[in-house]
Amino acid sequence: MGLDVFRAAKNLFVTFFEWFGELGLFCARMARSAFGAPWERREFFRQMDAVGSKSFPLVALAGAATGVVLSLQTHDSLARFGAKALLPSVIVFSLLKESGPVITALIVSGRVGAGIGAELGSMRVTEQIDAMEVSAVNPYKFLASTRVLACILMLPLLTLAADASGVFMGWISTTLADPISLRLFLHDGLKDAAMSDFLAPTFKTTVFGLIIGMVACFQGMRTRGGTAGVGRSATSSVVLSSLFVIVADVVLVRFIQVFFPS
Amino acid sequence: MTNPPLAIAGLHKSFGSQKVLSGVNLSAAAGETVVVLGRSGTGKSVLLKLIVGLHKPDAGSIRIFDQEINRLGMDAMNELRKKIGFLFQQAALYDSLTVEENVAFPLERHSRLSEAERRGKVRELLASVGMERDLAKMPSDISGGMQKRVGLARALALDPDILLFDEPTSGLDPITAAEIGQLIVKLRKERDLASIVVTHDVHGAKSFADRVVMLREGKVVIDGTFTDMEQSKDPFVVEFLKDAA
Repeated sequence: MGLDVFRAAKNLFVTFFEWFGELGLFCARMARSAFGAPWERREFFRQMDAVGSKSFPLVALAGAATGVVLSLQTHDSLARFGAKALLPSVIVFSLLKESGPVITALIVSGRVGAGIGAELGSMRVTEQIDAMEVSAVNPYKFLASTRVLACILMLPLLTLAADASGVFMGWISTTLADPISLRLFLHDGLKDAAMSDFLAPTFKTTVFGLIIGMVACFQGMRTRGGTAGVGRSATSSVVLSSLFVIVADVVLVRFIQVFFPS
Repeated sequence: MTNPPLAIAGLHKSFGSQKVLSGVNLSAAAGETVVVLGRSGTGKSVLLKLIVGLHKPDAGSIRIFDQEINRLGMDAMNELRKKIGFLFQQAALYDSLTVEENVAFPLERHSRLSEAERRGKVRELLASVGMERDLAKMPSDISGGMQKRVGLARALALDPDILLFDEPTSGLDPITAAEIGQLIVKLRKERDLASIVVTHDVHGAKSFADRVVMLREGKVVIDGTFTDMEQSKDPFVVEFLKDAA
C-alpha cells in the first residue's frame, strides 16, 4: 500500500516535469520558427479574427455584467459608510485594474483555448499536421506561432472592450438608482487615475494571451488517442491556461506594484 | 549504374518495448512501383513515416537521392520533402480549406507561380484525378474516394520524384478502389515516379505492383515480383494469400 502511494507520487512527479520539459521544447521550436519568412499573413489575420472579433460579443457581455454587479454590490456598502460619491471610482478602478483583464483572459481561455486545443487536436489525430510537415510546411510556424501571436495582440484590445462596456453598464446601473450623467460619472471615476493605472494592467494581458495561446497549441499538437483525445485536449487547454492565467496574475500584480507604482 | 532514388538498409524501429521494424531493406527505382504487403500492425505505415522523417529510426539507413536523411537538418529535410509526395490513409485533407485550397497549399509556399498560373496548375492536377468539378467543395462534403483523389492531386502538386501511398484503397468500394489503382498505374507511366504503396489489398497490388515486399513482424519475408510471391512456399505468404483470396 505504502509502496503504491510512493510509486504513484513518483509517476506524478515525473509526469509533471516531463510536461514542463516538453512545453519548453515546444516553445523553443515555435520561437525559432516564428522569426523569418514565410510570414503566413493570411493565417495570422484569420486567427486575429477568430480570437478577436469572434470573442468580442462574449467579452463585452461579461464586462457589462461585471460593471452592473460591481455597481449593485458596492452601492449599498458605500452608502452605509457615507461614501456613495466614491462609487464611480470603485467601479472604474476595479474594472481597469483587475476585473477587466482577468475576466477577459478567463473568457478567452474558455472560448479560444478550447477551440485551439480541439482544432489542433483534431488535425493531429487525422494526420493533417503530419501532411503539413510532409509538404515541407512548418506546423510550429503555420499553426502555433500565428495563433499565439493573435492571442497576444488581441487580449489587450478585448480587455479595452470589456473595460468600456463594464464602465458603461456600471454607469447605467448606478444612474438607475441615483441619477448621474455619464460625463460626471467618468470624471469622478477617472479623476484620481494615472496612466499607469490603466496601461500596465491592460498590457499585462499580453502575457495572458501568450499563456492561453501557448498552452492551447501545445495541448492540441500533442493530442493522442482519437476523438476522446481531442476532447481531453480541449478540456486540458482550458483548465491549464485558466490556472496559469490566475497564477500569472498574482505575479504580475506584484510586478506592476513594484515597477509601475500608482 | 545510378543509385535508386530511395534506398533503405537495415532499418530498425521500436516504440517502447514494441519492436516494429527489424532490419528492413528496401529500394525503389525511378518508374518502379513497389508494393509493401503485410498484416495490420506490421509496421508498414511506420516505414513510410520514417522515409519522410516524421519518425526517427533506431538504427539503419534511409538514403533519398543519395542523401542520408538521418543526418539532415530541418531545412535540408524540408528541401528533400518537396521531392516526395505522400498520400495518407485517410487523405488528411485540411478540413478548413476547400478542395482547391488544399491542392494549392504546397504550391503557395514552394513555387514561384503567379496566382493565375497556380490556379491553372491546381485545375490541371484536379482534372488528372477526375476532380475538376469540385474545386469549391469542402473535404467534409465529398466521399472517401474523392478525398483520396484530392489527396493524390495535392501529393503531386510539387512534381515529386518519389510517391508514397499509405493504404490507398482501404475503406473504398471495389470500383473506386480499382479506379485509384488505375490512377497509380497511370502516374507511373506518365511521370516516371518511384512509388511505394503500402497496402493489405492483394488484388489491388497485383494490378499496380512491379515488385512486392512482404513484411512479417517487422521483417521482410519476400522481395520479388507478384508471381514470385504467388509461387512462394513460405507458410506465412501462403496463409496470407489464402486469407486474401
